[in-house]
Parts: sequence; structure tokens; C-alpha cells
Amino acid sequence: MQLVETSPQHEEGARIMTICNACRYCEGHCAVFPAMEKHLTFDASTIEYLANLCHQCGACFQHCQYAEPHEFAVNVPDTFAAVRTSSYVNHIWPGMARPLVRHGRTFSFVSALLATTAFSIGVYLEHGGQVFSRSHDSFYEVIPHGVMAGTFSLLGVAVLLVWTMSLVRFWRILGLPSAFFIDRQTYVRALKSMLTLENLGGGHGKGCYQHGERASQIKRWFHHLTMYGFLLCFAATSLGTVYHYVLQFPAPYDWLTGPKLLGTLGGVSLLFGSAGLYWSRRQTTPEIDTEDHGMGVSLIVLLFATSLSGLALPLLKDSSWLVVALCLHLGIVVAMFTCFAWGKFMHGMYRAVALIKSEHDELP
Amino acid sequence: MKAEFDVIVIGAGHAGLTAAICAAEEGASVCVLEVAPRNLRGGNSRHTRNLRAMHEEPMHSLDGQYGYEEYWQDLIRVTGGQTDEPLARLTIQRSEDSIDWLKQHGVAFQPPLSGTLHLGRTNAFFLGGGKALMNALFQAAEDLGIHVMYETEDVSLKFEAGQFRSASFTRAAVSQHKESCQVEGRAIVVAAGGFEANLEWLAEAWGDAVLNFLVRGTPYNRGDILKQLLDAGAEKVGDVRQCHAVAIDGRAPKFDGGICSRIDCVPLGIVVNQAGERFYDEGEDFWPKRYAIWGRLVAEQNNQVAYTIIDDKAQGLFMPPVFPAVQSDSIEGLAQTLGLPPSQLCQTVEGFNQAVASGEFNHQDLDGCRTEGLAINKSHWARTIDQPPYRAYLLRPGITFTYLGVRVDERAMVQFENHHDSNVFAAGEIMAGNVLGEGYLAGIGMTIGSVFGRIAGKEAATLAVG
Ligand SMILES: Cc1cc2nc3c(=O)[nH]c(=O)nc-3n(C[C@H](O)[C@H](O)[C@H](O)COP(=O)(O)OP(=O)(O)OC[C@H]3O[C@@H](n4cnc5c(N)ncnc54)[C@H](O)[C@@H]3O)c2cc1C
Ligand code: SF4
Ligand code: SF4
Repeated sequence: MQLVETSPQHEEGARIMTICNACRYCEGHCAVFPAMEKHLTFDASTIEYLANLCHQCGACFQHCQYAEPHEFAVNVPDTFAAVRTSSYVNHIWPGMARPLVRHGRTFSFVSALLATTAFSIGVYLEHGGQVFSRSHDSFYEVIPHGVMAGTFSLLGVAVLLVWTMSLVRFWRILGLPSAFFIDRQTYVRALKSMLTLENLGGGHGKGCYQHGERASQIKRWFHHLTMYGFLLCFAATSLGTVYHYVLQFPAPYDWLTGPKLLGTLGGVSLLFGSAGLYWSRRQTTPEIDTEDHGMGVSLIVLLFATSLSGLALPLLKDSSWLVVALCLHLGIVVAMFTCFAWGKFMHGMYRAVALIKSEHDELP
Repeated sequence: MKAEFDVIVIGAGHAGLTAAICAAEEGASVCVLEVAPRNLRGGNSRHTRNLRAMHEEPMHSLDGQYGYEEYWQDLIRVTGGQTDEPLARLTIQRSEDSIDWLKQHGVAFQPPLSGTLHLGRTNAFFLGGGKALMNALFQAAEDLGIHVMYETEDVSLKFEAGQFRSASFTRAAVSQHKESCQVEGRAIVVAAGGFEANLEWLAEAWGDAVLNFLVRGTPYNRGDILKQLLDAGAEKVGDVRQCHAVAIDGRAPKFDGGICSRIDCVPLGIVVNQAGERFYDEGEDFWPKRYAIWGRLVAEQNNQVAYTIIDDKAQGLFMPPVFPAVQSDSIEGLAQTLGLPPSQLCQTVEGFNQAVASGEFNHQDLDGCRTEGLAINKSHWARTIDQPPYRAYLLRPGITFTYLGVRVDERAMVQFENHHDSNVFAAGEIMAGNVLGEGYLAGIGMTIGSVFGRIAGKEAATLAVG
């Protein structure tokens, strides 16, 4: 059964992979080429796999003897980025959500706006207008803990559901066996590759070529700051939940408590990471700066705005702006959740599956 | 535009940039003139993948040992002894530091590419191929303040009393007008490659058949500088008739088809000409040892084309070609699509099939599968061609390398007929004929460029800045 319909992007992918497969000079740059060499022809699912394995490091474009002006016009990162964007749109669950993915920028903006408004109205209805001009000791005075936890748990479950459904679909497209039959080693290797972003190392470990002919670690470092910053924030929230429910120790926390430390560290890291990634995108070599429906920028901006507003909140404690800032922060976080499900955040998921497949196929 | 430099280098390929970098490291001011535009820079060097280096013990990505003596024997074998012994020995000795030198200048290496394991002991592979190597060298050159000028057309060298004085050329200026330029230099390194792209020149020796050849590398290597040097009295080595041409996919572009146009399935099937007849033993030896012979063989056929035909049993046993095969469920159908006489092709295939003797097929070894009783037998890997679909690829000669060049000495100094010392040095393919009188050893082209590039750069700088 054909799980993916062949699109012009897949056809272009197959055309250049046929050239690369005859050439193979880029074999040492990343995991894509050894994976490619296991094939003689390239159907749409194979192209989906290879495209999602590609980390857009740009090495194979800068080093391609068949890049334009050569008539073969090989440009792997550009072609694969287009395929990936179509994967994000096409494999999303439910199919109805496709237009949301396709209009990433608008979708993120509108969801932030709506959610902020909704929180503001809620607060207004609950406490009346004067609540907006006062300072508060705890956020929970304004919005009860239960409401926040409830909202985000619900959203979290929804996101998990979307991920599961989309990933199961992608898993099947790549022809992987059931997740339980895959070796532990495979997962460990794939995880290592994700955590180190080995494939942004260029094969020599000196970095990627997103910004030109010279290798640089900049993108990898900003991605690390973003990813680890995000994970720290996630850890902070989880720890906060434990404090609240298990230890019966509700917020607000002091600076020297676990959730606060992790959250601040994560927030700062996320702030610099996302700002750096934005800058890095702006510096991208034009030939490999592929249109992605604004999905990438949306995620970066949302991560930046989340960390900025989150870090600002404690500082605004005694100010009359607190409630507005709180509603805005929560609105942005809601938009970020929608982006987790129906936006660029999925790139990490698909890439993880592709990495698992590449490690799986490497086993004898 | 007018400018003065200590050292002028002509040609921004591997040899030219190596020389330029070495000269700059000796303190010389250096200007490199390159006829190609920036986005097509790097000459044939950007199509390469490896370099052959001697090593007495495992080194970097190189396995085992490839000692001086073995290298020398290999060179003698392929050239049939036609080599300038002192220069050849120098090349081998200094090949050992080529890899370190390149690494110091930003080039990365990797284990042999798949399908080339047989070269893992002798040849070091560039990570990302020749263009990655060239980019690294251009960066090193930029960091040293070397002035690289692109699109320098009609470079003309001026000599006075047997010494190089200046080079004039034109360059497209901003307003689309051509600007005439002149650079003066105290010494010059010529590294403008071979003249593969000048098929008209080759036709003088080969006849018009050569016009049907494909050029595997850059269209800019036309030998203009070589001609100027010979006209100025430089001694020549090699012969126009010597060139390295291999059998490649006949549908490749006229220029710059590079590595991906290779067709590796010849030993797995048969090869016929336009008459539908076989003309040589397809299984004489492993393909990497034979593809250069096949360039010539195909060149001798009508219209310089041939067709390699395999059946389904061969699928997956060779490197995937870049263009799709012509495919049919019958030999007759195949002949029709290819425009070959069907009855003759059927007869050739039938005759071949009947002559196949039994044996154990093993494509990774010189196996015992051969034909018997044919006018032209196949000595290995002979299996009947009877399992459809049948596939065919068009073959044409693709030229890689030329041998005619200028004679140099151990200082890479170009030798003039009146034997005076000159300020002209040469490196790379333009002088490779000193070491390679004929034949070819995979990866030695880059080795010659590396060794003589380093020597030429240093000698030119020493002469220029003392
Ligand atoms: C497809 C292919 C694969 C190959 N693979 C290998 C391999 O793996 N290993 C190996 O050792 N060898 C290989 N070779 C051979 C190798 O390319 C040459 O030996 C080597 O590149 C020669 O280096 P060079 O610097 O002398 O010449 P080039 O790299 O060709 O550089 C010559 C430069 O001079 C410039 N030029 C020419 N005329 C003028 C002019 N009049 N004015 C200004 N500039 C001029 C050209 O534009 C070019 O940039 C391969 C060749 C081909 C075609
Ligand atoms: S990207 Fe270009 S150089 Fe690299 S393998 Fe593909 S065709 Fe070859
Ligand atoms: S862009 Fe980088 S990661 Fe993607 S295929 Fe090319 S070398 Fe691999």
C-alpha cells in the first residue's frame, strides 16, 4: 500500500538522490548518505525518510560539484526542506488541522491573541476590573492553581494525542517494525544523536554550513541552548507540580528552590537560544533558505516570547502590570502548545523517528 | 588595472592554490588568475575524491602500509617505465606529507567511499570530495591575504630575455565593459591544468573522432597557457596522443559530468557496438583496472559509442548509474529502442550464451566463469544473458586527463630549450607528464599537484623575495 502520495517535491527528491547515489562524495557528512546508499530507487516514503533525517546543515550543498550553475542543479538541503515542510503538513493528525500548519504564522498569532483575551475575560469576570491595577503576592490569587493546571493538562493531553497519532503514521510510512521490537541500542544511539546534534557537525565535527562556505558551530550551540533551555523549563514545571501535589508546597517559590532555579536557568537559556536561532535563520545562505509557511519563525518567536514573559513575571510582582503580563504569558504558552501539536515543533518528532530508522537499518 | 606582486599564479585548481599558499607563507605577495567564474572555480580538482599517499604505517584514514617501493613499482607498471625517475621518486617521497599539509590547511579526510574499498590502503579520501577540499584551500588563501581574481580572460604572458615579466588579461568590469588588466610578477607559477576541454587540439592528433568525446571535467582547461609556454621555448614532455579517457555514460553532459557518469556494469554483461557485435573481453580484469582501456576501445567504434547490456541477475551488483537504463523484456525490444540491428544483437547474445562455460560466479573475485570458443571470449564473470528485464546503458569515451606538458626540474622550474634558469615554475597537470609518461594510477594526479604545488610555491617565493 502506498502510504504517501508522490508529490513534485518527492520527484525532485528522487531525481537528486539518484545523482547523489551515483556520486556519493558527501557520504561522510551526515547520516543521510549512508541511508541513501541502501536504495537503488527512491519512492515517496524513502524520500520522506531521508528528508527528515537531513538536519539542514548545508555541507552537501556547499560541497556539491553539481550545484547550480551545473545543469544537474543539485541542492539537497533545499529540496529536503521542502519535502519536510510537506511532511509536517501532510502527516498531521487530524487531517483537518492541515490549514493551521500551512498558515503557521497567522495561526500562532491568532491563538496567542485569543488565549490572552480569554484569560483576561476570565479574570475580569472573576475579580472585576480593579484586579488589573493591583499587585498580587501570588499568581494563584488571580488565576487559581487548579484552573492553570487544568487548562495546561488538558492541552498537554491533546498535544500528546496529536503527537501519537502523527508519529504512528510517520512510523508506518518509514516502514519501521513495531516500537517494541526495536533494539534498545537503536534507541540509545538515536537519542545520543538527538542530544548531541551530531548531524550538525559536518562529519568532521567542525560544524554546519548554514551561513556559508565556512563551517561554524553557531547554529548547533543556539539549538542546544534552545532545546536544553526548553527541557529545563519543562523540568521546572514538572518539579513544581511535584512540590504542589506531592510535597503540598505551593508556589510562589524562593529563588533558591528547585523549580525556580531550573526555570530561571532554562528560561534564560531559551531566551538566548531562540534569539540566536532567529538571528541564525536570517543569516542563512539564500540558496538553502527554504520557505516553510512561517512555521520555523513562529516556533522561535513563541519560544522567545514564552521565556521573556515568563522571566518578566516575577520581576513585575509589585507592579500594576502583573495581571496583564500574566494573561499575556499564559496566552503565549497556549499558542506554544498549539505549535507543539500543529507546528514546527513536530520537526523534532519526525527527525527522531528518522534517526531511529537510520540506526535500526545500520544494525546487521 | 595595473598591479605588482611577488608571485603570480595562473589557475586556481589544487596545484595552483597549493603553490599560492606556500608562496604566501614564505612572505611573498601573491595574485592568482583564474579564468572561471567564482561559482565554477576549482578546475578539475573540484571533481576529485582522493589522493594517493605513501605511508610506512597506518596514517589517518589510510589502512596498513603503502611503502615507497610498492608505490614505485605501481608507477613503473602503469607507465611502462615512461617516467622521469628523479621526479617520480620525489613525488612518492613527498606524497607522505601531503595529507598533513592539507589537514593543516583545513581539509578533512574520511574513510574510503563505499564501492572503493580497494583504495582504502593507498588513497586518502577528502571528506565532501574535491569541492570541499578546494573551498578549504580558498579559505586558507583568503586568510593569508592572497589576491584571487576570477574571470580573467585571454591571459597572455610576457617574457623578456627568457624571464617572465607580466601577465595581461581582460576582465568583465561592472559596466559589462571588459577592463584590460596587467599584473607584473617577479616569478610565476603556471598551474592551469591540462587541455582536456580543447578537443580541437586533441583532434589534431586523434582525428575528428575525438570531437565526440565527453569532457569529464571543467570546460576551462583549454591549454592556452601551455601553448604560450611552448611557444616561448619551454621544453615539452609527453605526447598529444596520450590522454586518459574512460568509458562513461554517453548521456552525460558535454562538460563537468564528473564522477557520477561512471558505468560500472561492463564486467557483468556484454558490450556491443552499433553493429550489434562484441569487440573486446569484458571480463579481462576488475573494472577499475580496465575502464581506461575501455575509453579507447569505445573511441575506436563507429561514432564512438557502444552499449553495455546486462540482464536482471546483474541488478544491484554494481554502483547505481545516474541515468536510468534502457529496459526491455526481450533482446529484440532492447535492440529496437537502442536502434541496433535486432537480428545481429539476438545472434550475438545467443552465441554468447551458448559459449558460457559452467563455473561459480563471484563478482568480487576473478572467478572461473568464462566463455569458450568465441572469437572474442570473456574471461571472467561470464553468465548467460537470459533473465529479463534486460537493461542497456550507452557508453562514450569521457576524457579525464592529458599528458602533454612542460618539462620541469626538481625545483619545479620550467626547463627552457636554452637551459637558462628561469623564474617560471609549474605544478599540477600542466607538468604531470614528467611523472606519468602514460597510463594512470588512481589518485596520483592530486599527489603531483600537491607535491609540485608546494615545491613551486616555495621556490617562486624564494626567488621573488629572497
Ligand atoms: C571527473 C574527474 C575525477 C578525478 N578524480 C581524481 C581523483 O580522485 N584523484 C586524483 O588524483 N585525480 C583525479 N582526477 C584528476 C585531477 O582532477 C587532476 O589531476 C588535478 O585536478 C589537476 O590539478 P590542477 O590544479 O593541475 O588542475 P585543475 O584543478 O584543473 O585547475 C586548473 C585551473 O586552471 C584554470 N585555467 C585553465 N586555463 C586558464 C587560463 N588560460 N587562464 C587562467 N586560468 C586558467 C582552470 O579554470 C582551473 O581552475 C580527476 C579528474 C576528473 C575529470
Ligand atoms: S550533494 Fe552533490 S557532491 Fe554531494 S553526493 Fe550529492 S551529487 Fe555528490
Ligand atoms: S544538508 Fe547536511 S544534513 Fe542535510 S543531507 Fe546535506 S549534509 Fe546531510
